[in-house]
Amino acid sequence: MKRILGLWINGRWREEAVAENALLLDYLRDGLGLTGTKQGCDGGECGACTVLIDDQPRLACSTLAHSVAGRRVETVEGLATEGNISRLQRAFHEKLGTQCGFCTPGMLMAAEGLLRKNPHPGRDEIRSALAGNLCRCTGYVKIIESVEVAAGVPA
Amino acid sequence: MNAPEPQVKEIASSSEPHGVGARRPFVDGIEKVTGTARYTADLPAGNALVGMLLRSPYAHAELLEVDISEALALPGVRAVITGDECDMPYGVIPIAQNEFPLARGKVRYIGDPIAAVAAVDEATARLAISRIRLRVRELPAYFKSPDARQADAVLLHEKKQGNIEREVHNEFGDVAAGFAAADLVREDTYECAEVHHAMMEPNAALAAWDTERGHLTLWSVTQVPYYVHLTLARCMKMEAAHIRVIKPFSGGGFGHRTECLNFEVVCGMLARAARGTVRLLQTREETFLAHRGRPESQIRIKLGLKRDGSITACQAEVVQRGGAYGGYGLVTILYAGALINGLYDIPAVKYDGYRVYTNTPACGAMRGHGTVNIRFAFESLLDAMANELGIDQIAARRRNLLVAPAETINGLRVTSYGLGECIDWVEGASGWAARKGKLGRSGNVSKGLGMACSHFVSGSAKPVHWSGEPHAVIVLKLDFDAAVTILTGASDIGQGSSTVVTQIVAEVLGIDYHRIRVIANDSAVTPKDNGSYSSRVTYMVGNAAADAAENLKRLLVTAAARRLQVEESEVIWYGEAAAVASDPDRHIPFADIAEEALVGTGTLNVKGTFTCPPEFQGGKQRGGAVGSSMGFSYVAQAAEVSVDMDLGIVTVDKIWAAIDCGRAINPMSVEGQVQGAVWMGLGQTLCEETVYENGRHMAANMLDYRVPTIIESPDIEVHIVESMDPNGPFGAKEASEGPLSGIMSAVAAAVEDATGLRVRTLPISPPRVFAAMQEARNEAAAAAAEAINKEQAR
Repeated sequence: MKRILGLWINGRWREEAVAENALLLDYLRDGLGLTGTKQGCDGGECGACTVLIDDQPRLACSTLAHSVAGRRVETVEGLATEGNISRLQRAFHEKLGTQCGFCTPGMLMAAEGLLRKNPHPGRDEIRSALAGNLCRCTGYVKIIESVEVAAGVPA
Repeated sequence: MNAPEPQVKEIASSSEPHGVGARRPFVDGIEKVTGTARYTADLPAGNALVGMLLRSPYAHAELLEVDISEALALPGVRAVITGDECDMPYGVIPIAQNEFPLARGKVRYIGDPIAAVAAVDEATARLAISRIRLRVRELPAYFKSPDARQADAVLLHEKKQGNIEREVHNEFGDVAAGFAAADLVREDTYECAEVHHAMMEPNAALAAWDTERGHLTLWSVTQVPYYVHLTLARCMKMEAAHIRVIKPFSGGGFGHRTECLNFEVVCGMLARAARGTVRLLQTREETFLAHRGRPESQIRIKLGLKRDGSITACQAEVVQRGGAYGGYGLVTILYAGALINGLYDIPAVKYDGYRVYTNTPACGAMRGHGTVNIRFAFESLLDAMANELGIDQIAARRRNLLVAPAETINGLRVTSYGLGECIDWVEGASGWAARKGKLGRSGNVSKGLGMACSHFVSGSAKPVHWSGEPHAVIVLKLDFDAAVTILTGASDIGQGSSTVVTQIVAEVLGIDYHRIRVIANDSAVTPKDNGSYSSRVTYMVGNAAADAAENLKRLLVTAAARRLQVEESEVIWYGEAAAVASDPDRHIPFADIAEEALVGTGTLNVKGTFTCPPEFQGGKQRGGAVGSSMGFSYVAQAAEVSVDMDLGIVTVDKIWAAIDCGRAINPMSVEGQVQGAVWMGLGQTLCEETVYENGRHMAANMLDYRVPTIIESPDIEVHIVESMDPNGPFGAKEASEGPLSGIMSAVAAAVEDATGLRVRTLPISPPRVFAAMQEARNEAAAAAAEAINKEQAR
């Protein structure tokens, strides 16, 4: 059964008929073509699908699309403004916080959620905020450095 | 010639360094951080049908009947295929092909694909899968190497007696004399659990069948698109010319995708059967079942040492649980023996290897292919014997260094060797002399320090398909737009291969980074490449890129001379401009040079190649090509650990890793590769292992298959030692696999430093450490009790 779903996606209001049992992840990827949000596992294991709901990191693979009706959903595609990538994106790019890039959208959104709440996190706070996001390429060292650079910690 | 410094220098130099040695971000990094990078599952699939596999619930069974009639009759089902669809066995090694995309006659592990469905949506596909009826006769199944090797065991594959896929026996040098000359001989056994790549992107393929032409286009996650291409042609009995294979962005590989995998062929066959486009997304569980990881290994190893620590002989027996199919297996068992050599100077080595078929998912290539577990055993035993002889562990390694150029007893050539400098740095950075054995205990936490060394090939000197072609080919296209397009078949799987070739081309031509773009991995466009495996890309494709750029530069210098109306020897090349040596004010920009170069010929396609000379392709012995390479990376690393003495939990606090990767084309990328490799090895060291219960994978997800999270991951400090390799591009060697295999014994040594206990089984997980501590306590208690008894008896 489909029902009308209205919500903010990357700053734009959208309203459309969405299946009641649709996961937010599938709605974003298949319904809206926002394939930046990745599926890396069979549900809630890896963090690759992390998005922000009202500034809070959430797993899109374990969230029903209708459960976020009326709320602000942000994906990796919404981080750049007017074509300029954000400080956080730039840091991940320039400090090699991304290798294969598959975990990157989820990492970015989890880190973005952290920096909004806590603009100057310490290492342990960064570790704790990204604990649900797996990366298989970097050993996390340059991910931590990237978040620190974005937060203004001298590299 | 002394170049004058005219104002063209300003035209020529871009703001940031971008050539060899520059810490450049990846050329495809922007796409990755903006979410615009499209991986296979992200490709617009339009009205693609949903593909799905029926996998065997039996570990070992004869397939008597696969009844698909009910599934085929369901509305919305467009195709159902079984083993009847393909009677051509495939496998990455031409002499060991025994796998079918869909099982024929027999299934050999829980998860072996039996049938596949293409349907209009996921629900229909799932329903159709549930309607396929199987009739089987179950067979005895074997999940451990010793069980499969029993005399009366049923064979998984015909003519493979004892379920042995491949035995390797060789001896180099006089091993008996070596042991006889030793002051200390010791033999130990080691055991390593099976581990899996667990790259972040689950497997996926998209196949479009062109019914009118009988052509197939397949997009996939592969590390080696041309293996997939050849396998599709073989299994689908098609002309290779009618197939196109494209690799989009890839979410890692680590060896999982170095051979064509069943889902890739099945996707192609489904598209043909359904006469349309099929998307076959694999779940994380299915990705685990495709496996191809590092095998469970039993290792018995014996070393002879002189009193000063020098090695006189080594003897090793390795048994690998290979799983249900051949895959890369025979290469893995050969690697384990071959790369005992090449790290230290060893005068005599005897090796016996056994690759065993079992009813578990097939193993294959995984980062550090074949060398990791034997290195754990070797380094651990060397430590134990150094302790026994009262020699420092670093000193024991220094005693056995090679001197380049060298040829090992099994025919490996070592032309550059910076291990000594790596050890020096690790010794200093870790504070070895002052801290080893002195970190002490506070409360229930005991700390320790350990180190180890390792190495790996920079590309296998002999490719799997020996066709007489060069080892690598690159094409550079220069056109009317004055852009240089690099056409390469090398798969960037996140390791940064496209960035490396760009930096090399930028270095040779001296042109602006933004003038260069890379088009990779489309068989209709890019030259064939042997693929991203055995750390071959920087070395081989890098050399081909340098060659192509030199060839293009020659044409450009000729064109510049023509336009400037001077002799070629009069041209000073600045990359973005060229000037006349005797009159530097006369200069022309790159766009004019490019325009001139196209006069009378049009678009330039300039090729560069690289070929490994035969003398680097290994010893004459059977299988001697495996392990041979033109350049070896060398790594020394130290780990500092804390051990919870109550619970047996090992925490790694810090790792220092020094790598001799020759010239670092991109030092930042080298650091990333080293950190990633050390960390991946750390996962195998501490927590990763597959678990099978009667053949059923009990950890086929990212929670039960425990990879370290960011919380448990230590800082990894990297130091680069640039021993310039005489044959590498600008002196470069590999940097991504060598660092992996030292960490196991470095951590084991650190745990021993902290606890006095040497763990000889991987992973060094809390239950194992706890058991070892318990055993030591019991032994100590028993010894104490005995002492008291003796006392009382007196």
